[in-house]
Amino acid sequence: MTAPTWKNPLVKWVDTRLPIFTFMHHDLIDYPTPKNLNYMWNFGSLLGIILVIMIATGIFLSFNYTAHVDLAFDSVERIMRDVNHGWLIRYLHMNGASMFFLVVYIHIFRGLYYGSYKAPRELLWIIGVAILLVMMATAFDGYVLPWGQMSFWGATVITNLFSVIPFVGDKIVIWLWGGFAVDNPTLNRFFSLHYLLPFVIFGLVFLHIWALHTAKSNNPLGIDIKGDQDTIPFHPYYTIKDSFGFGVFLIIYLGITLFTPNLLGHPDNYIRANPLVTPAEIVPEWYFLPFYAILRAVPDNFIDIFGLLPVIIDAKTSGVVLMFASILILCLLPWLDRSKVRSAKFRPIYRQLFWIFLADCLVLGWVGAKPAEGTMLIIGRVATFWYFFHLLILVPLVSKYEKTRDLPESINASVLSKRTEIQVPAE
Amino acid sequence: MAGSTTDQKVEAENGGDTETRRDFLLISTVSVGAVGAAIAAWPFIDLMNPSADVLAMASTEIDLSSIEEGQSITAMWRGKPVFIRKRTSEEIESASNVEMMDLKDPEQDAARVQKPEWLVMIGICTHLGCIPLGQKTGQIKGEYNGWFCPCHGSHYDTAGRIRKGPAPKNLEIPPYKFIDNSSIRIG
Repeated sequence: MTAPTWKNPLVKWVDTRLPIFTFMHHDLIDYPTPKNLNYMWNFGSLLGIILVIMIATGIFLSFNYTAHVDLAFDSVERIMRDVNHGWLIRYLHMNGASMFFLVVYIHIFRGLYYGSYKAPRELLWIIGVAILLVMMATAFDGYVLPWGQMSFWGATVITNLFSVIPFVGDKIVIWLWGGFAVDNPTLNRFFSLHYLLPFVIFGLVFLHIWALHTAKSNNPLGIDIKGDQDTIPFHPYYTIKDSFGFGVFLIIYLGITLFTPNLLGHPDNYIRANPLVTPAEIVPEWYFLPFYAILRAVPDNFIDIFGLLPVIIDAKTSGVVLMFASILILCLLPWLDRSKVRSAKFRPIYRQLFWIFLADCLVLGWVGAKPAEGTMLIIGRVATFWYFFHLLILVPLVSKYEKTRDLPESINASVLSKRTEIQVPAE
Repeated sequence: MAGSTTDQKVEAENGGDTETRRDFLLISTVSVGAVGAAIAAWPFIDLMNPSADVLAMASTEIDLSSIEEGQSITAMWRGKPVFIRKRTSEEIESASNVEMMDLKDPEQDAARVQKPEWLVMIGICTHLGCIPLGQKTGQIKGEYNGWFCPCHGSHYDTAGRIRKGPAPKNLEIPPYKFIDNSSIRIG
C-alpha cells in the first residue's frame, strides 16, 4: 500500500507533479479487496465498461444524427442504411441501454441481498440511487431522439407527469417543452441533455468508486475486513475475474445485438412521430415497466377509501408521487433496515423476504407491459402495495425482531475452513 | 470608563465594533453576490421557455363552413390538436341534461360553448396527454358517446367532460372567437 516507485522517467516526472499514476495504482491495482467475493461482485466494474461503450457508440452516432423534427427520423434511417457500419453502432447503443439497466438492476439487488447499503456505505448507496435516476433521465432522453411514434408519445406522457406539481405544474411542462407541445425545441434540448448526462453519470461514478474505496468493498459474508489476511489485491485477482465476466456479458450483449437487435424495442418506433395519432397502447422500454405499473396502479377513488387527507389528491397525482417515491425511498433504506448483520446469508427471514421482493418487482414489470384493466390492474395494485409494504414496514420490523445466525470470525477464517463456507441448510 | 474620545475611537477600530463592521461587509457582499447570481440565472432559465417564433404561431383561423352536423374536424393550434365538432341536437340535449353531481369536474354545458352546436376544445387527454378517439366515424366514442382515450381508458361525454377513468379534468377549452358565422380564430 506504499506509493510505488516509478522507473519510467516520464511517468515519474508527471507523477511528482500530478500523482495520477500513484492514484491509479492504488485504486486499480493495489486496492485491497475481500478475498471471498463471488460472481455477484462482477457487475460494478461491468457497469463502468458499459458506460464507456455507451459514450463511445453515442459519440459516433451523433456524428450522423440531426436533432430536428423534420430530419431526425430520416437521419436515423440513414445511419441504419447508408452510413458505414451505422447499423452496428446504433444497434450496439440501443441494446447497450437495455444491458446497462439489466446489469444495474442485478447490481442493485446484489446490494439488497448482501446489505451493501448499511453503515459505513450509506452515502455510497445514495450516490448509487442518484446514478440510477440520472441513468433513467438519460435513457428517456435518448429514446426520444429517433422521433418515432413511441419516442413522441413516451415524451408526451412522461413530461406531462410534471403537470401534477401544485400551482406551477402547467408552466413547468411548457418550460420543459419550450413550446405548447413536444416539438422541435423539446427534441433539441433532449439531444443536448442526452449528450451531457452521461458525463454527469461519469462524475457520479467517480464519487461512487471514491466512496467505495474509502469504505472498502462489502462481501458475501457482510463482515468487516479485519486485516491484510482478509484481502487480496484487485489486480490480478479481480481484474482477471472481471475480464471473464465481461466475456460472458459480451456473448449475451453481442448475441442480442447481432441476432435479434429489435427484440427489446417496440415496432411503433419505426413509424415517424405523428402528433395527431396516439398509438393504441403506449408502452415504455422494458426497464421502466415496473415503475410504469406503479404509476398506473392507483385506484381512481384512492382518497375515498381513507378520506383522511386535508386536500384531494387525484389518481394521477398520487400515481406520479408513488412512482417517484418508489425510487427515492431507496435512499432511506440504510435507516429503515436497522439490523447490524449485513448479509442475508445470516438473516433467515429477511432472506425469504428478499426473494419475495425480487419476485414482486418482476411482477410489476410484467403488469407494466399489459393494459391497465381487469385482473392486471388488481395484480398491479397488490404488487405496488407489497413494494412499499416491504420497504417501509417489513424491513424495519424484521430487522428489529429477527434472530440472526452467528457470524463467522473473519473472512479469512471462513475462506480457509470449508465448514464455515456457509451453505445454509434448508429450514 | 474614564477614557477620552480618542481612546474610544481606537477601541472602536480594534475591538468588538470592528467585528460587526466586518460582519456587515461580509454579509452584504455575500447577499449582493447571491442576488446577482440568482438574477444571472434567469436568462438561462427563461431561455427554455417558448421563444418568440413559437409564440408568434399562437393563433390560427379556421373555416367551419364545410362541417356538417354530426361531423368533427381536427385543427392544429400551438402544435396541439383542436377538436371542433358541430354537435347534433341529441348530443346537445344529453350534454345539458347531466346532473352536476354526476360530474368529476362539474361544469355546465353552456359554460363550455359559445354557440351550442359548436364544441371547440383541445383534443388532449387531461390525464397524460394522449389524443382521445372519437373524431372520425367508426372510432370508439366511449361509454358517454363523446371521446375515449385509449391510453388509460378515460371516457368523455358529448361536452368533452370527464365521466370515467383516470383523467382529472374536462377537455380544455382554448380561447377562441367567432370572426363571423362560419369561421373562428383560436388563440
